[in-house]
Amino acid sequence: MQMLTTTTCYHCGNDCYTQKFKKDDKVFCCVGCKSVYTILSASNLGNYYQLNLHPGETKSNINQKFAYLDEPEIITQIIDYTDKEKTIVSFYVPTIHCSSCIWLLERLYTLHSGIIENRVDFLKKQVFVQFRQDEISLKALVELMTSIGYEPLISLQDVIKKNKSVEDQLLPKIAVAGFCFGNVMLLSFPAYFGLSKAEAYFGNFFSYLSILFCLPVVIYSGRDYFINAYKNLKVGVLNIDFPLALGILVLFLRTLVEGVLHTGHGFADTLTGLVFFLLIGKIMQQKTYHHLSFERDYRSFFPVAVQVLQDDGLEKSVPLEKLTQGDRIMIKNQEIIPADAILWKGEALIDFSFVTGEAIPVRKELGEIIYAGGRQMGSAVELEVIKPVSQSYLTKLWNNEAFQKELSTKIKTFVSRVSHHFSIILLFLAFGTLLFWLPQDWRTGLSAFTAILIIACPCALVLSTPFTMSAVLSILDKNKFYLKNTDVVEQLASIDTIVFDKTGTVSIAENLNIIFKGNLDDEIKDIIYNTCKNSSHPHSRRICSFLGNRKNISVSDYQELAGLGISAQIYDEKVLIGSRYFITGKAIDEQEFPEVHLKIGQNYVGYFILKQKFRTGLAELLNRINIKYSSYLLSGDTQQDASILEKHFTNQNHLKFKQSPQDKLNFIKQMQLNKHKVMMIGDGLNDAGALKQSNAGIAVTDHINNFTPGSDAILEGSALHQLPVFLKFTKAAVKVIHASFLISLTYNIIGLSVAVTGQLSPLFAAILMPVSTITIISFTSVSTHLLAKKYKLL
Amino acid sequence: MNTIFFLIGCSVLLALIFLLAFLWSHKNGQHQDLYTPSVRMLMDDEVIMKDKSVEDSKSK
Repeated sequence: MQMLTTTTCYHCGNDCYTQKFKKDDKVFCCVGCKSVYTILSASNLGNYYQLNLHPGETKSNINQKFAYLDEPEIITQIIDYTDKEKTIVSFYVPTIHCSSCIWLLERLYTLHSGIIENRVDFLKKQVFVQFRQDEISLKALVELMTSIGYEPLISLQDVIKKNKSVEDQLLPKIAVAGFCFGNVMLLSFPAYFGLSKAEAYFGNFFSYLSILFCLPVVIYSGRDYFINAYKNLKVGVLNIDFPLALGILVLFLRTLVEGVLHTGHGFADTLTGLVFFLLIGKIMQQKTYHHLSFERDYRSFFPVAVQVLQDDGLEKSVPLEKLTQGDRIMIKNQEIIPADAILWKGEALIDFSFVTGEAIPVRKELGEIIYAGGRQMGSAVELEVIKPVSQSYLTKLWNNEAFQKELSTKIKTFVSRVSHHFSIILLFLAFGTLLFWLPQDWRTGLSAFTAILIIACPCALVLSTPFTMSAVLSILDKNKFYLKNTDVVEQLASIDTIVFDKTGTVSIAENLNIIFKGNLDDEIKDIIYNTCKNSSHPHSRRICSFLGNRKNISVSDYQELAGLGISAQIYDEKVLIGSRYFITGKAIDEQEFPEVHLKIGQNYVGYFILKQKFRTGLAELLNRINIKYSSYLLSGDTQQDASILEKHFTNQNHLKFKQSPQDKLNFIKQMQLNKHKVMMIGDGLNDAGALKQSNAGIAVTDHINNFTPGSDAILEGSALHQLPVFLKFTKAAVKVIHASFLISLTYNIIGLSVAVTGQLSPLFAAILMPVSTITIISFTSVSTHLLAKKYKLL
Repeated sequence: MNTIFFLIGCSVLLALIFLLAFLWSHKNGQHQDLYTPSVRMLMDDEVIMKDKSVEDSKSK
């Protein structure tokens, strides 16, 4: 066995298997890393390596083509701003991971004089570049960044830019509300401590000033509550914004009237405090993951543009949406076929694993139709487009109604269910009290009426959900489970059926998990490949796909011996591939993983270790899930693993193979029609429809920057085994919300019993509101943390 | 006691200045990236020093 050297690459820190790549006494693992070092040291940017040990990322050798960045119509879609002199563009660069990255990327101008300035946003992994387009083209800029190992991920569906604006407006609103709240509190204290007759004019001055402070709070900060309440009333829905808007309005009117008529000092402090706390709850709810996107569809998986062969034989980059029927396109190694097309020229070996879940690349003959989404492995091929991109077999899925509208299959949140009844009871109570008092004393009646609306304003109720949920989100986040928003927690808690995808979800990408013990040169690889490709045994197929496409050698005397292995004759030598017993005559009882041994002629060459292709802890995961949920498996793959997986599912009929993306979506829909709440766990484009249709769609990924289809949550593969715990935790969190609802209701009842008498003092309201709010906030955050500790999530 | 009017005016004005400063900084985009500047400021010092030392050693 070859001894491996333990030196690590100066650039990326990976182990170096050869000493071939050396420069300035430094060893590198590959040409890519060495070339990055060469560029940087030539430009005096060697400090890149001083800030962190091995800051680089292994530079993949795949040469990405950026020819499409010369097309003006594509450029205009990518850049942020341009004028005669300079252009500003922002890139998403997934490889940003340490301070060296920031240091280097902010010094791009030393590598090219055309770059004016650049800034890095570390958490969002974005780079903003200002450059003079006369001196450096966009394409050259991208190639420059790629050459130093920071390849921007360019996608026309840039979701990152969209979700900025909402958060932007909320912070100033909170600032204004907080400013007014603080000042009003200060002005209210004298009134509560009592002013002597001589100081009465202070009281009037204070209440006028308070009213002045209330104006921006009601008109600016609290504006959204009125707008939302009005919008919902128009469509006949009583949501939580209605009692809130009513409360704010009544508080303001009473403060105004009492201030002007000098009948009291109003509720200015309660009003400003209420809006302030409500907005804080709102911002808690808006946790965003900048580096994750939950809305991706096929467009971010497909390339931006494709090379089209023109009549004159030249290639031209054409944006995908401009691709029409009849276009001849060139697809190179590792590129994705963007539209259904017929193969015209070249050897097509297409890897459909991401689309269908089928693990093994498929060979296509000339004239065959190749469906969009496959990845070409091998040399370049020429294809003729037969359907536009949006009408292709795979992309048609996105025309399904599941993608057209916000689905009603997502369950209503607890608050929205409760608030409807809450509003009706509140109105009954308020008007009932008014009618009761009116015959006796209209003043008391009116004051009781308004007092009820003030006291019942469901501040604590509204806050209980965001505070609990944001705590839950950050705890799950620490455990590598990222939820799209707080509503997803309640969706997860209501699930009763779990559907798994196979490839990529339950099993891991296969080729990475094969190890060969021994020496493997090209000749031996050819021999193994040609022997194994005749066999349909799963082990043979895995070895074949591990070795990749190799040249053909004629095989004679091929024999497959059941339970043992294969024997064949190649180059006049007998080749034996099979179990340890078959090759060496010795058997070992316990093997951690299946092994495939190899003998050519009389020489024992070595053996393959086929590592577990299922995720670790899968059996335990499924056993735990089966206790409370019914589990299903939908796979686009053939039945090859059925026998292993069957025992983990309660019923054999729960495993379905050869499912198309549409089949998966329909299956989920059918389950929902049978009143099941379904959670879909998948990873590929072929699951996108099912993820969208399900009540809670979870995308599993092994690398968080990789493509994940649109979903409600993203789960890292290494945390999949914790799923049952996550589900228990979400259920417990929902119970916390119910409990805090009861607490806030208790406060409301106490307040209401005072309010109906019409004797509500501003001091009472000013104390009750913050006290109830603080109780709720501390109750929810303490109990969620205790729960997280209980389930060992913290 | 009438100074209270003046003092309250002062305190409100002061608070208002802070509010406006906050709103300005927000509009200016200072809250968009709360992490990178903390790394950047630490780095610059170190790097300038090293750059100089490199130049020094070269000139020698």
